[in-house]
Amino acid sequence: MSKLWLICRLAGRDIRRRPVQAALLLLAITAASATLTMGLALRGVTHHPYQRTRAITNGADVVAQLGGGPALTTLGGPKSTPPPNGTKQVTAQARALAGAPGVTEHSGPYLVAGAVLRVGKLASTAQIIGTSQVPATVNHPALTTGSWVRPGGVVLERTFADALGVGVGDRITLNGRPFRVAGIAVTAASTPYPNLCFWASAFCPASLPTHNVPDSGPGLGWVTQPDARLLAVADGGASAYVEYLKLSDPANAQVFATAFDRAHPAFERPIEHPEFGFLPSLTPWQQFATEAGLLVQDEQQVLTPGAWLLALLAMASVAVLAGGRMAEHTRRVGLLKAVGGTPGFVAGVLLAENVLLALASAAAGLAIGWLAAPLITSPGAGLVGAPGAPSLTVLTAGEVVAVALAVALASTALPAFRAARTSTVGALADAARAPRRRAVLIRASARLPVPLLFGLRLVARRPRRAILGAVSIAVTVTGVVAVLAFHAQADQHIGRYTELSNPVVSRDEQMLLVITIALLALSALNAICTAWATVLDARHASVLARALGASLRQVSAGLAAAQVLPALLGAIIGIPLGIGLFAAASHAGHVSVPGVGWLIVTVLGTLVAVAALTMIPARMGGRRPVAEVLRREA
Amino acid sequence: MSQTVNESMLRARGLRKEYGREASLVRAVDGVDLDVPAGETLAVMGPSGCGKSTLLHLLGGLDRPSAGEIWLAGQRIDQMSERGMAALRRDAVGFVFQAFHLMDELTAVENVELPALLAGRSPRAARQRATELLDQVGLADRARHLPSQLSGGQRQRVAVARALANAPLIVLADEPTGNLDSEATLDVLQLFESLHEAGQTLVIVTHDARIAATADRLISMRDGAFVDDTRLTGGTGNKLSALIGLDG
Repeated sequence: MSKLWLICRLAGRDIRRRPVQAALLLLAITAASATLTMGLALRGVTHHPYQRTRAITNGADVVAQLGGGPALTTLGGPKSTPPPNGTKQVTAQARALAGAPGVTEHSGPYLVAGAVLRVGKLASTAQIIGTSQVPATVNHPALTTGSWVRPGGVVLERTFADALGVGVGDRITLNGRPFRVAGIAVTAASTPYPNLCFWASAFCPASLPTHNVPDSGPGLGWVTQPDARLLAVADGGASAYVEYLKLSDPANAQVFATAFDRAHPAFERPIEHPEFGFLPSLTPWQQFATEAGLLVQDEQQVLTPGAWLLALLAMASVAVLAGGRMAEHTRRVGLLKAVGGTPGFVAGVLLAENVLLALASAAAGLAIGWLAAPLITSPGAGLVGAPGAPSLTVLTAGEVVAVALAVALASTALPAFRAARTSTVGALADAARAPRRRAVLIRASARLPVPLLFGLRLVARRPRRAILGAVSIAVTVTGVVAVLAFHAQADQHIGRYTELSNPVVSRDEQMLLVITIALLALSALNAICTAWATVLDARHASVLARALGASLRQVSAGLAAAQVLPALLGAIIGIPLGIGLFAAASHAGHVSVPGVGWLIVTVLGTLVAVAALTMIPARMGGRRPVAEVLRREA
Repeated sequence: MSQTVNESMLRARGLRKEYGREASLVRAVDGVDLDVPAGETLAVMGPSGCGKSTLLHLLGGLDRPSAGEIWLAGQRIDQMSERGMAALRRDAVGFVFQAFHLMDELTAVENVELPALLAGRSPRAARQRATELLDQVGLADRARHLPSQLSGGQRQRVAVARALANAPLIVLADEPTGNLDSEATLDVLQLFESLHEAGQTLVIVTHDARIAATADRLISMRDGAFVDDTRLTGGTGNKLSALIGLDG
């Protein structure tokens, strides 16, 4: 116990002796820990808001689509689409479902008309449900503002209204007919815009765009039943119906739907039944609950790889910072061994410092992540209620602490154990680490201008540091290219079709911006630390080059070149990695490649940034008088 | 700026180098006047800390004086820009240090060719010149050895070859034998003697009287100032071994 206390005291003293380095390490690991915490804290945050929305709307346990006429495909779909069921068949289906075992209440069936909504220059497809002016008992959308439907008055689902930028009192047209927005509402019986297509595939258009209307997915609205019939007529008369069912055992909604599915094997898509017409399509409420979480799931898809990228960068930071400290520890190792410290004790002292910093970083990261999580866990406009404090379980905390410790130890354990094994006399002599010799690079550099000659030889002296620099830049460029790929995909698949703001894309953009800023900040920190380490290590080589006739500018440019050359390699490697990361994270079937211009700007921008960041320590390091350094190094 | 000042290769007037301020002011070099004619071997001698190394650094453009003027081959160098000083060190001055200051990761021939590469020579020309110089200092067979694989004397001979890479006007040597045993000292002094015979201007700083005795002229230094300036008769007269106690 006393030995452990001594190790901790020695580690604490050393941290206090080099507060800046310790602070930088803390910062790097904290950034990764906080991002990881936020990613993990997003688990299940939409559960509470969905339940609340479901409660206040008396949400349906099962939503049945009847009639089979794919409402939206009629907008411009193939003329071979089978005609919908007649009213009699729909009524028969609705009655059969309402009387099915386990069903306690129902509302509907309601006519669903496909419509083209226009407001100003914006246009979008929409599914408009014809409903009674008196709110139904089962699934009555909850008004967040305004009033319920009236003749000529439409109520819009909140995420759809937000995307359109309309509010109560605004004028819109549906299939060319003028309407005034009477209210804005939320519902637990559909998925919010723009993911309404998840609701039931049959409702979604098979081809885009329709009627020259750009579309990223239909929105949802409610009008009176007569208005809905007029819209359906204007659309060619094809229509679908929706019926809302309450079950005696809501938890068994999935079982109810599955039983129906088993009884009628062609459940997935409405198909023509010889006696019953088109079969109803049933969706249990649990599916809506899951789909309500898509917004946050998308955030997790961004945050999780982002956290891993930050962890990798933090690992590179730790390797540079702690690696440099390990080199400074040589004499300390000798002193500890000289007074009787065993190799295990010495390794313990060297590692304890990083373990303490990692634990402090993990605690800070958990706190920051937990406090920041509510900022990104808003359930979106489609639901009401706040998610409450994100869950910070023992498992989450354990994962974050484990990652922080792994980041700290992965790059320092080996140097620590190596230092513990060095001879006492050798360590006391504090001999500088001999530089590596790379004959090929030395030969190749002879043909280059002086700054590149010097830079390449510095790379050859410390190849591991150059690799770390390249990895750091590769990770950053991977993140940046993944962001560019995201925007390229958004432009290709959303921006081309619609001018409406997409809440999922907007939230993803915010997350990506935060992650990108964190990546760039950590990468800049890495570049400066690596440059400092190089400047210190190359002190003798720099002054000697100057003594032999190299100018200060040439030496400074050479020191910068020693950072830029690995950065160039890292930037080039980062491009395919970024494209691959986005493809993997987005589970996209195809690969989105950012524009060549953007990729060139990314690589050049990275190199300019690295050069600028490293010129500062390079110039400062180069200012020391040659004679003074030569005297000291003698 | 270029002015012709008699036939001196190196000339200094009122040269001063100060460190610190007021109570802690130290005059490392204190009002030195110096003329070194072309082809002369000058030894500067004095105890440790008397300012002789600082003087050498000022004369070679490694450091800037607090006051005074320095002229090299008729060109005033103390007011040169940093870039001009770098060019001067590259083309006109060759340095030999007590601690050798070789690049550990470069072989002997790579160390010797480095100043030529910094001067923009082609790799082929730089390598050829380096090989010739290593041959001249008797290390042709050690060209591909790393400094760690060479003895102290051999390392210093590599350093001398490096100093000659760009055919400098003057070679400045700071305690060139300070880290060497007697035999290696003899090797280096013989090398300097051959340079002297070839007409190379040499300034050697040392605290060893036996080394100083090999020069054409000896200046004694104390507390940053010259206290004695003696012309020696005819250099070593091929009696180097006897001078440093290896002979008879």
